[in-house]
Amino acid sequence: MLKRDQIGLTLPPFQARADASQLRLFAKVVGETDPIYTDEAAARAAGYPTLPLPPTFLFSLELLQPVTDWREQIGLQYARMLHGEQSFTYHRIGLAGETLQFETRIADIYEKKGGALEFVVKETRVTDQAGEAVADLRSVIVHRSA
Amino acid sequence: MTESNLANLQAGDTLTPMVCAPVTRTTLALFAGASNDHNPIHIDTDAARIAGLPDVIGHGMLAMASLARLLTGFSDPRRLRQFNVRFAGITRVGDQLTCTATVTERFIAGGEQRIRLQLQAADQKGDMKVAGEAVLAI
Repeated sequence: MLKRDQIGLTLPPFQARADASQLRLFAKVVGETDPIYTDEAAARAAGYPTLPLPPTFLFSLELLQPVTDWREQIGLQYARMLHGEQSFTYHRIGLAGETLQFETRIADIYEKKGGALEFVVKETRVTDQAGEAVADLRSVIVHRSA
Repeated sequence: MTESNLANLQAGDTLTPMVCAPVTRTTLALFAGASNDHNPIHIDTDAARIAGLPDVIGHGMLAMASLARLLTGFSDPRRLRQFNVRFAGITRVGDQLTCTATVTERFIAGGEQRIRLQLQAADQKGDMKVAGEAVLAI
């Protein structure tokens, strides 16, 4: 049983940056062949100051959250967790090398199927160095009770 | 479908489907490193078995990245406003996803013309693995 009293829990904000070599590997693995994601000159020619982040890469930066004990605080067990839903609301495109701030809040915890499945809704606000919004992420984690 | 005819898209129009490479263990291992998702159920068969799975399973975010590639393949990524998915089924080694998108509406929001697309990634048997939607400025 997950701990409902942890709804509203906020994780300590942290900062993360995408490095160009990791973005090149990401593009290669997912089959992205548009050179704006791998070649600085192609990115600049398309009007970007440097490589843009692929649409889902902010999730990868969010995974760099240094504080990991929130899972135990809620009662989540790693082996029982599945990724249920993911959403991104974009305010502007993120860029390689820029420092982004991530602020995460446990927005909801609920159950379905008589408690056999529990759900944790995690919301993360991503801002830049000027404090301007870059994107909002929302994840639903499914937790199998048995 | 190209960037130049984005403005002409209407409800009911479909994008050219994109067939992905079959999921391999190599892809999962590299994606773990590339995406910072080090959950061992994606890369270590022993860990997958302990978690009650017969074998490693694909990262949901790998399938979402494929749908993202369908979107950025026909539109400038700066047009993307919203991208949501639900992971409906587990992908396994050998599965080959086909990503599809259909325009469901045109609307005005934030002072710009936008389209909403219904997205789907299904395997070689037609089983839906990921369902979602995206909103693009046109």
